[in-house]
Parts: sequence; structure tokens; C-alpha cells
Amino acid sequence: MKCISVTFALFKFNLNKLITSLDTLKRGQKAIIKEFTLDMVPLKLLEMGCLPGNEVELVQIAPFKDPMYLNINGSHLAIRKETAIHITVETLSE
Amino acid sequence: MSKQLNVALIGNPNTGKTSVFNQLTGLNQQVGNYPGITVEKKEGVCKLPRGVKAHILDLPGTYSLNASSLDENVVIELLLNKNDKDYPDVAVVISDVENLKRNLLLFTQIKDLKIPTILVINMADRMERKAITLDVEKLEERLETKIALVSSRKNQGFDQLKELIANYKSLSVEPCVNASVIAPEYFDRLRKAFPKQDLYKLWLVITQDVNFGKLDRNEMQGISSFKTESKSNLKRLQQKETIVRYQFINGVLKETLTVDHLAAKDLRSRLDRVLTHKIWGYVIFLAILLLIFQAIYDWSSYPMDLIDEGTAAVGEWVRNTLPPGAFTSLVAEGIIPGLGGIIIFIPQIAFLFLFISILEESGYMSRVVFLMDRIMRRFGLSGKSVVPLVSGTACAIPAIMATRNIESWKERLITILVTPFTTCSARLPVYLIIISLVIPDQKVLYIFSLQSLVLMLLYLIGFGTAILSAWLLDRILKIKKRTFFVIEMPNYKLPLFKNVAYNVIEKTKSFVFGAGKIILAISIVLWVLASNGPGENFRNAEANVLAQPEASSLPQEELDKRIASEKLEYSYIGYVGKAIEPVVRPLGYDWKIGIAIVSSFAAREVFVGTLATIYSVGSDEEETIKNRMAGEINPILGGPLFNLASGVSLLLFYAFAMQCMSTLAIVKRETNTWKWPVLQLVIMSGFAYVVALVAYQLLI
Repeated sequence: MKCISVTFALFKFNLNKLITSLDTLKRGQKAIIKEFTLDMVPLKLLEMGCLPGNEVELVQIAPFKDPMYLNINGSHLAIRKETAIHITVETLSE
Repeated sequence: MSKQLNVALIGNPNTGKTSVFNQLTGLNQQVGNYPGITVEKKEGVCKLPRGVKAHILDLPGTYSLNASSLDENVVIELLLNKNDKDYPDVAVVISDVENLKRNLLLFTQIKDLKIPTILVINMADRMERKAITLDVEKLEERLETKIALVSSRKNQGFDQLKELIANYKSLSVEPCVNASVIAPEYFDRLRKAFPKQDLYKLWLVITQDVNFGKLDRNEMQGISSFKTESKSNLKRLQQKETIVRYQFINGVLKETLTVDHLAAKDLRSRLDRVLTHKIWGYVIFLAILLLIFQAIYDWSSYPMDLIDEGTAAVGEWVRNTLPPGAFTSLVAEGIIPGLGGIIIFIPQIAFLFLFISILEESGYMSRVVFLMDRIMRRFGLSGKSVVPLVSGTACAIPAIMATRNIESWKERLITILVTPFTTCSARLPVYLIIISLVIPDQKVLYIFSLQSLVLMLLYLIGFGTAILSAWLLDRILKIKKRTFFVIEMPNYKLPLFKNVAYNVIEKTKSFVFGAGKIILAISIVLWVLASNGPGENFRNAEANVLAQPEASSLPQEELDKRIASEKLEYSYIGYVGKAIEPVVRPLGYDWKIGIAIVSSFAAREVFVGTLATIYSVGSDEEETIKNRMAGEINPILGGPLFNLASGVSLLLFYAFAMQCMSTLAIVKRETNTWKWPVLQLVIMSGFAYVVALVAYQLLI
């Protein structure tokens, strides 16, 4: 997992796109959901729209970056960092 | 009369389901419980066109038919049980125009159960402002349903909805998504094993861990044994199902819905920037809490004083108007003062529920959860514990029920266990009366009243103890279970007056009647015990007092008082009190307070009612409870019975003691074992006794 992020980090400057985990987004940053570890992500989150291919925006973070207030495909919700680390996203260039 | 039409309202949380329900039923509604569980059951009656009457059931909000809480189980259990008397003839799915995509997920699931289904798109009045356009006709066609565009705020579209409900027979019952495509082979096997059953229903029975009641029990058990897939495989399939449904919904909405996203940049983000801000968010939350407390203590004191005086006046009136006798004295000395002790709290309860329901309705409560989650987790709680802890200041019972949406069992259990420490409104009358007796009415720093500062301190003690014991429990309890935290952040809404008003009326009513029944019963029992006594001493009380040498020199008024207290002392309650006295004496109480404490194990507010009943037995004057208490003399040490030491000791006792049978019963129901409520009772009350003892001994 880490390995992948590192590899892709090399492309960061070229592509302005980055595969990373959801918890590393900055406030206001948008990304596309790539995949997630199914066992670590509740079904409820999927039902609220957290599915591969959907856009996610980090709306707000509480102190210590936890929990995170997201806008996933028009659904506004908050999840804890411990869940966010299991969701892989591809950041969108501004 | 023809058969009543059963209508079930179903929808995601925050879609305005309750407003639709209120619009349909008006005040023709009642709130009860589902048998055996504490899930709130709201039902009402609605008159439809052509004289048809509909029974409307407001089901708990759920995101899908994949249940993960008791509340959600209720929905799926009802929809799968055709024999249930509430089984809907027609399901009305409520959606919110701004979250249509997510709301339709549940709609497609219900549609697949082949129940006639109407889609309500609520908050239609927001469409223009949000630049949303919707091709309703096409949407109806694609979803094979009828759609009602309504606005609860503007009371629009309800006639059309009623018309649709009345015509439910013309609704299509064709499913819109074929769930079996997620695993054709598996579903094929399922179909062969149970050829008579509906396929999607079977799938739900297999994936949902819910109790299906009396429904086709044997068949269901047969199906359960069909679980040939592992749990994680089933979850994978459920994920697939969700994706398939969203694919369908996306396809439909692409043809029918357009949203101008630029116009949608709005109030929400601007408000969120402030209300969830790292600093301002907390400042505002604190300010709101202060405002609530101010309302409860300050604003409600005016109506409360009126009620207090009113009760005394009514008692006096009854005494003077009805012919004297046992019945009059029961009413004037038992029932009226006892009930006065509960009616007095109506203003405070109403204020508290008013604020809580405004905070919930407006969408602000979710922001508080977001802000507080990290901090609360440090103490073994969840951000979602804030709602129970805040509403615990009204009453621990709804607060404990509000813990249901906490996903982690450990966090939920801790919240349930510590919530009774928060200062509920039942403690208030006890606090108020004792504070006014023992804390001088002074100003501190020219502005703050010393009495209200003490009150605030008691609240802080309550919260502090709750948090600290949570921290301790977090260390002690060995529960390890992986859970998830997801909370929707709904859009901000101006609370609807109707919803808030109904909520306040409903909650206040159930509180007053619930507590009223107990208090009435206890008042009557106390009065009987206090007006009768065994043996000679009670019967001859009057003669005994008159026989005392100094009796002839006393004024009549004083004489009456002595006779009354002599009678009380030798009544049944006097004997019971004397038996308790050794236990409460070290805390600085006399036997009357002892009786009040024992009877208030039923509910804290009984304390004031009990003292009122005990003190008014035999008294003829129109006096408020407070004046009577202030006149009590400590029989051993002399001086007022309610002084600083005994007052503080009582305040602390009530701050910590677990004195509410209803709370214990709710904890038993929510935790499904007597272990936790019994532990709560023993530990909290034991702790209260020790603290009160230490406080009294230090202050005396």
C-alpha cells in the first residue's frame, strides 16, 4: 500500500495527480475514489455514495484532522480518520 | 366502515419525513412504543378524498434495508411480514430534492419488495433556489411509480399526495432493479430451494440479522440454513447490489434531473465555515449551551413562581370550599401538593425540549457531533455521545434512547452508563428549593447571582463526573469490537414551527403524565401513611400535647403546629422515618428528609412533592413549600434543619445518586441485562452517600 503511494508520488509533478489515501487530502481538495478495503469500510458509507469512481471533496476537518467532513457525490457526511485511511483516491488537479 | 388503509412513511433521516407526517395527520397522532422495544412508534390518522381513512405509520429513518440498528430493524421487519397488522397497503417513500440520488437507493429496495410505492419529493420549494430541474413525468415512467412533489414548509402538494394514496390500487408493483444480477448462479439456487417465495425478500432474510417474528417461521428457518456464502462474501454481494442500484439510479437521473452546481454554492458552505471552525465552532457551541441554561434557569423562573403560588392557592381553595373530611384532606394535603411538585417543572422541560428540537431540526446537532468526536473519544465516548449528554439535561430516558445511533457498542454502553450523571430536569426542583434555602441571595462581582452560580456549578459537577467516569470505564471495560463512525451532515434548515411545537408538546406531555402517575400514587400512599398511625400515641396526640404543662401558655397557632407534628411523629410514616433515621443522620438529615429520599427512589422530583405532602398534613395555612421547609428546626442541634452543611450534603447526594426507576428500566431494556442498571444503582448511590457524608462532616 505504502509502496504504491511512494511510486506514484514520483509522478506527482508530472501529472499533478496523485494516488493516495483519503486522509491525506487537504481542505477543499477534490479526488476520485479508486478502491477501498471492504472489511474496513462500513456498508452504510457505500450506501451514502462512497463508491469507486465517485468524486469526493474534503469540506472541513476537525482539530487533529479527525473526523473529516466530506462531500461524496453530493452526500455530505463525516467519517473518522481510521476509516479514511482505508479509502484510496486519486487527487484531481485544481 | 370499510377496512382502514395502512400507509407507511419510509425515508432516509433528514428528509423531512416527520414534517410530512405532521402535515398528513395534524394533531391526530400518537407516539407509543413498538412492543418489547423502546423504538418510538408514531402513528396517526389521515382523511383521504372520497371518505377513505388512512392509518399512517411513521417508520424510523433508515438509509437502506440493510439494517444496522434496532430502529432500522423495525422497518425491515414490518416490510417483510405480511401478517403484521401494520403491514402497509402502500409505502410512501420520502425523499429530499437535494439528495434524490441517495434517497432513491432505499426507494428501489422497497419497490423490489413489490409493495405499491409512492415517491414523495419533499422540499420542492427549494428547487428554484438550488437551480434544480426535474422531469417528473419521465421519472415516474422510469421508476414505475407515482410522484408527489410536496413542500411541508409551504404546505403544498399534500392534496395530490392524498389523492395518490387513495388511488394506491393503480400503482405498479413491478420491481425496478433486478438484484439477482449480482450473483446469478447463487440466486438461481435460492429460487430452486424456495420456489414459492419472493426472491428479493429471500435475499434480505439471508443478509439481515433481524428477528422476523411470527412470520412463516419455519420457512424462514429453512432459508437461514441456506446460508452457503460466508459473511464477507455476503458483504461483497451487498456492495455489488449497492453498485448495481446506483448504476440504475444514475442512469435514471441523468435523463430526468439537472442541477446547476454553480448556483448551489450556498449558505451551507458559508455557515459551515463558521460553525465547524476550529475555534469559532467551539465558541459558538459554548455560547448556545449558555443560552440554553440561561433560559432554563432564568426565563422559566417566572412561570414557575406563578405555578408554585397557584398550587398553594388551589389547595387553600379546596380546603375552604369542600366539606371537611378525609377526602378533602386527601386532595388538599396529598394530591394537590404532590402534583404541584411536578407541574412546576413544565416551563423548564418545555424550554429544554424547545432548544434541543431546534438544534436537531436545524441540522446543527450534526456539526456538534463533528466538532466533539475527537475530544469525546479521548474519554471513551463518541461525538454522537454529545447528543445524549446534552439531552440528558432534560431527561435521561430519551437521552439513553438517543444513544442508539452510536455504532460502537463500547462507546454506546459507556454513554448509557454515564448519562444519568448529567443534571436532568428532575433534579432541578430539588436543587432550586435547596439552593434558595441555604445559599444566600447575593450578587458576586455585582452581576452574577450566587444562587445561579451554585446551580451552574452543580451542572458542571454532573458533566464532569460523567466525563471522568467515562474515562474510567474506558479503561476498565474490556470490549474490543471494530466499529465505524459515519454521520450525515444534513443541510441547514430553518426549523418548522409545527415540528418543533409538536415535539415540545409531545415530550412535555409524556414527561408530565409519566412522572405524574408515579407522583400521584406516591402522594396518596404517603398521605394515608401520614394521616394514620398505630396505637395510642397517634390517637391521643392532641390530648398529649394539651396535657403538657406549658400548653396553656402557648398561642393557638403554635399549639396546632405542635399537635400536627406530634401526630406525624406517631403516624406510620413517622415510624418508617425513624427506622431510616440512623442511616441518614450522619448526612445531616432528619427522618422527614429520609422519607423524601426513600420515596424519591422512584423519581427524583418526588422529593419535593413528598416534603410538600409531609409538611402540609395537618397544616391549615396557605403557605408555599419553601416557607414550610425554611421553618423546620433540627431536632438535635437546634437551628434551621436546612443549613449550609445539610443543604450542600443534599445537593451532592442528588447530584450523584441513581434515583430514577424509569431510567433503570430503560437501561435494562437497552443493554438487555440487569447487570448494568444494578451496577449503576449500587455504584452511583453508594458514591453519592459517601460524598454527601464527607461534605456534611467537613462543613458542620
